[in-house]
Amino acid sequence: MLDQVLSSLSDGIVLGFVYGLAAMGLSLIWGVMTVINLAHGPVIALGMFGTYLFFTQAGMNPYLAILLVAVLGLLFGFVMYGVAVHRVLNAPHLSTLLATFAINMILIGIGTAVFSTSPHNVDFSMGSLDAGPITIPLTRLIAALGAVLVTVFLYSFLYFTRPGKAIRAVANNREAAELMGIPSAAVLALSFGLGTMLAAVAGGLIATFFPFTILSGGPYELKSFVICVLGGLGNPLGALLGGLILGGLEGLVPAFMPVSWVPVVEFGLFVLVLVVRPTGLFGAK
Amino acid sequence: MKTRLRFGYLLPLAIILVWGVWVLLKGEDTLRETTFTVFMFIGMASSLNILLGYTGYVSFGHIVFFGLGGYFGFYLVSQHNLALIPASLAGGALSGALAGLLGLAVLRLRGAYFALATIGINEAARAFVSNFGPFGGATGLFVQFSAYEAYGGAGPALWTTFIYLWLVTLVVLLASSLVKSSRFGLGLMAIREDEDAAMVMGVKAPRAKTIAFMISAFFPGMIGTLYFFKNGNVEPGDAFQLHMSIEALVMIMLGGMGTVFGPMLGAVTYQGLRGYLLTSPIFKSLHLAVSGVFLLVIILFIPAGVVGWIRHRIPLTRKLLE
Repeated sequence: MLDQVLSSLSDGIVLGFVYGLAAMGLSLIWGVMTVINLAHGPVIALGMFGTYLFFTQAGMNPYLAILLVAVLGLLFGFVMYGVAVHRVLNAPHLSTLLATFAINMILIGIGTAVFSTSPHNVDFSMGSLDAGPITIPLTRLIAALGAVLVTVFLYSFLYFTRPGKAIRAVANNREAAELMGIPSAAVLALSFGLGTMLAAVAGGLIATFFPFTILSGGPYELKSFVICVLGGLGNPLGALLGGLILGGLEGLVPAFMPVSWVPVVEFGLFVLVLVVRPTGLFGAK
Repeated sequence: MKTRLRFGYLLPLAIILVWGVWVLLKGEDTLRETTFTVFMFIGMASSLNILLGYTGYVSFGHIVFFGLGGYFGFYLVSQHNLALIPASLAGGALSGALAGLLGLAVLRLRGAYFALATIGINEAARAFVSNFGPFGGATGLFVQFSAYEAYGGAGPALWTTFIYLWLVTLVVLLASSLVKSSRFGLGLMAIREDEDAAMVMGVKAPRAKTIAFMISAFFPGMIGTLYFFKNGNVEPGDAFQLHMSIEALVMIMLGGMGTVFGPMLGAVTYQGLRGYLLTSPIFKSLHLAVSGVFLLVIILFIPAGVVGWIRHRIPLTRKLLE
């Protein structure tokens, strides 16, 4: 029993790092411009397919492919911001929600036409790590390490570089930041680009150990909502912690009740936290 | 409550009335099926509009009331042999009561937080129903064929269901007109423009919001029961499709939010467009992407929707379209 709990918990926590990474992009965009990016799921899926294409078509190492996917994700984010988000940024919430959902529909529609909805996978294995009852495939461990690395990178970017500080200033108060000479449109585009980049990277890392379809981003998008609410908005460390909590829950809950109850617990907790403490468990704002 | 039903309020009612009579006179099965879908979405979009358009709260997971109310009504019909009308009323009542309870908690959230909470509620409900024994768990429920005999067989039962849905759609439009032209509706619209100012002016915002939420949840519960009865089965995957919720939002945006005529026009246009895209050989595989582009263009360039745009451009129509 204890062995079982240990192995399922460690599985959950390792996955939790990746959930955290997937949520970080959503959290950044939400925190900076209060836009809930409903195209988050399809972007994660595009990250998966980008990695898949570089791996199968160009024979590239998947981790190298993820770096390329990251760059493409950043550029794609700029385009998305320019086309769909910038114009409706000051409109009521419904407009940004539906504008990003329109992108969601376009991406899923094209993705379905190109890749169909049958599962693909990146056929890549690196063996696994054994420690007593715990067995972790090395690809997952690398994904978890990658998530930590990206978090450190994002955190130092936001706190110690000029563009990062500009992002935080705009998140805090857009008018005041503009008065201080910060070009807010460029900063918002950069944050949106970074957000989609994070989503694409998370997708790429997930693709190295799970099979996927164009619709696979959806569940991660929903999990990201939960994580953002748990961890507070715009805070990379909060997102990572939220991801770990969610992963831990997914590991622990099946030990006590049937697996199918996991989403009930997750979303019940989500609504509860939203109602009781909408700024998130670790939110400072 | 003194209400003046002007031409603008009567127009949508008249259109649906004539449309239903026309379908009944024609008596074709395929026409009934397509009209059923259109009426269903008119009902869904119009009832959501009471919350979204008048009160300004974006309920993204509104389909949860369609799903849960439909499940409950269908459960009463299929497991307890209740007649369709009381069952659908019970389904609606469950949805309304649930909205009342949930509303007390989540209507305190504003803007995007409220939208997210409704998505969470929908997902939690889907997951819960998938595990809930009396509702058949993940496989759902079926209606016994004998249940149709009370309506004179499966064919006539479908026509009966259609007539009920037609009546419900009329009631939804009537309710939408009544709310809009009443003092209560004015309070809701004050909340939409500025909730704090409305409260200062004496609008009891928490109560008004909750009532609006309950009204907009009641009808989807009824419609859900009728829809699942028509299909003969219900399962969690069908009942809680977030996608359908968003389609209803798109219809409202397309037609014009906060109007009585808009959601109806939006539902008809959207269904027509989707039907065309799904059958056209060029767009068949890309229908989702084309609808997405279409939606994006509306949001970016005509955010007031068709009715809002016409009212703005042609002042004469302001008296005719509500």
